[in-house]
Amino acid sequence: MVGFIARRLVQSLFVLFVMTLIVFFGVNVIGNPVYIFASSECNQACVNGIIADLGLDRPVWEQYFVFVGNALSGDLGNSFTFGVPAMSLIWERLPATLELAFAALVIALGLGLPLGILAGLRPDAISSRLIMGVSTLGFSVPVFWIGLILIMVFSVQLGWLPSIGRGDTVSILGLEASFLTLDGLSHLLMPAFTLSLFMLAMVIRLTRAGMREVLHADYVKFARANGISETRILSVHVMKNILIPIVTVLGMEFGGVIAFAVVTESIFSWPGVGKMLIDAIAVLDRPLIVAYLVFVVFMFVIINLLVDILYSVLDPRVRLGGGAR
Amino acid sequence: MTRAVDTPPALAVEDLRTAFFTDAGRLDVVDGVSLTLRRGEILGLVGESGSGKTMTGFSITGLIEPPGRIVGGSVKLAGEELVGADRARLRALRGRRIAMVFQDPMMTLNPVLRIETQMTDALLAHASMSRAAARAKVRDALAEVGIAAPDERLRAYPHELSGGMRQRVAIAIALLHEPDVVIADEPTTALDVTIQGQILALVQRLCRERGTGLVWITHDLAVVAGIADRIAVMYAGRIVEEGPVDDVLDRPAHPYTRGLIASVPVPGRRERLPQVPGRMPSLLELPPGCAFAPRCAQAAEACRARPDLLPVGPARAARCHFPLVETEAAR
Ligand SMILES: Nc1ncnc2c1ncn2[C@@H]1O[C@H](COP(=O)(O)OP(=O)(O)O)[C@@H](O)[C@H]1O
Ligand SMILES: [Mg+2]
Repeated sequence: MVGFIARRLVQSLFVLFVMTLIVFFGVNVIGNPVYIFASSECNQACVNGIIADLGLDRPVWEQYFVFVGNALSGDLGNSFTFGVPAMSLIWERLPATLELAFAALVIALGLGLPLGILAGLRPDAISSRLIMGVSTLGFSVPVFWIGLILIMVFSVQLGWLPSIGRGDTVSILGLEASFLTLDGLSHLLMPAFTLSLFMLAMVIRLTRAGMREVLHADYVKFARANGISETRILSVHVMKNILIPIVTVLGMEFGGVIAFAVVTESIFSWPGVGKMLIDAIAVLDRPLIVAYLVFVVFMFVIINLLVDILYSVLDPRVRLGGGAR
Repeated sequence: MTRAVDTPPALAVEDLRTAFFTDAGRLDVVDGVSLTLRRGEILGLVGESGSGKTMTGFSITGLIEPPGRIVGGSVKLAGEELVGADRARLRALRGRRIAMVFQDPMMTLNPVLRIETQMTDALLAHASMSRAAARAKVRDALAEVGIAAPDERLRAYPHELSGGMRQRVAIAIALLHEPDVVIADEPTTALDVTIQGQILALVQRLCRERGTGLVWITHDLAVVAGIADRIAVMYAGRIVEEGPVDDVLDRPAHPYTRGLIASVPVPGRRERLPQVPGRMPSLLELPPGCAFAPRCAQAAEACRARPDLLPVGPARAARCHFPLVETEAAR
């Protein structure tokens, strides 16, 4: 197990290295941020001053080595716009994004599992067909459109839910959370639901497919032949088998949900890292963009590792690290 | 017969009919099956693959799933009718009074649950006791089916056990509540020959000890010869011959039974075995009369009419217009 994790981390370091290379040089080609910072009065000498100040006068590869050197000591550079360490900006915004993503996950599982079970138990019923039809929408309709429709209906027409920001937050363990206040919860509901749609559709489909397969398995029939109650069969014997693919796929998807909450956060002006990234791109804040992407890769690595571990806990046939028990 | 007339047999199946309603049409997979099983008796149910043995077992235990359903007949477990019984009652009887062992031990146990969980679940389905007491009981049950180091096995997952060991676990589960009737559906077919013999002996011994009635389903006549008291031969969803195992194997009355016997390999002889010629027809295109007629060497005009299961000797019956042993009537 320890060996497995170590091997995984070494692989990830390599991925991280390649990624920084691509991002760093990629960002350097899109444009020169200095012209965005410099005011119109700034003459060439003034511009050159700024360029030297930011270290942009040096060759790109030299900049890269400085960046890597600093990164290894945990410093991903200062944001051009805010003049503070880029990582500190990310940490500041991250709790909002995490809260949104976890709320979306809870919605996806809380709604998706029961709906999927229902659809799997009675595949031919009208209700099941309805559930599957709606889940197809979750895959095919763009997120921003659903977000806008929700705002139009629940904020503009009905005036039930606010459409902007996080609302009141309370601090738990040093992190701000919206879901513990009524106002915060009302702010969280629409963006979280919007963000959850894709995952929700996926959970419904995976649950239904799993049910259809597992319900006809011999071991379920054997459990019935032994007189085990239907509730126990469904909630333990069937569910544990179904959860394996769901956890895997959802785990893979979850990193993406955090990383690309960008759209949802923009629509609902949710003050998370996704919105920060959009702002950073608009002003070509290179260090912030690079720091964000490095952070995202790192997060993917961690999440995938957790998924693998969870997977091996759920499925006894999988042993991490090649049979070392 | 000195038995009291009023004690009902452990299992009495009467004209049981099960059909599958598929897109291709109606399939009568169990077509008027009648069986009687006394306590402690072992009945061998034989027939080629696809003849309806498994579906008969599932019908008896109420485990037929859509698009199939029981369309007629009666199944009485110690006198209690199971056909049409409500789900709660069936659940209460399954595992406690009637149990089943399935064909493929690789598929019978839940891959993601520990042996202990699966066994205690089956135990606690019909008994209330503490987890610790349940654990002790299932541990003993494992020891009883010849599993060494039962404590260790309880913590294992199915994939950590061999096929033979998994089948022992399934047998231990089926016998947990000392049921009146056990239906064993080809439980040794998927196993090595040596393991087959052990399992066979184990089940035979446990059922004899406890007076459990056993229906042993198999396509292997040699197995039946070794274990059963009586034999029922199935073809295309129907019983075609029934009787004491030695009588039937020595002097088969139905041409199909004779064909099956001729195809049993004799140890030491390596010549090609005469199979029953032809194949069992699809249930969708059965001939109107005797289902075996198209493969039967002695089929005649009369075989266009459906034969009944008629007595052909003491405690024997065959479904044939021209039985190979003289009937009472012809004598
Ligand atoms: N789910 C099903 N749908 C339609 N036909 C089925 C189904 N299950 C079994 N059958 C048919 O029932 C017949 C009897 O099958 P089975 O009882 O499994 O045979 P055996 O156990 O004797 O090999 C076969 O013709 C098989 O095709
Ligand atoms: Mg079968």
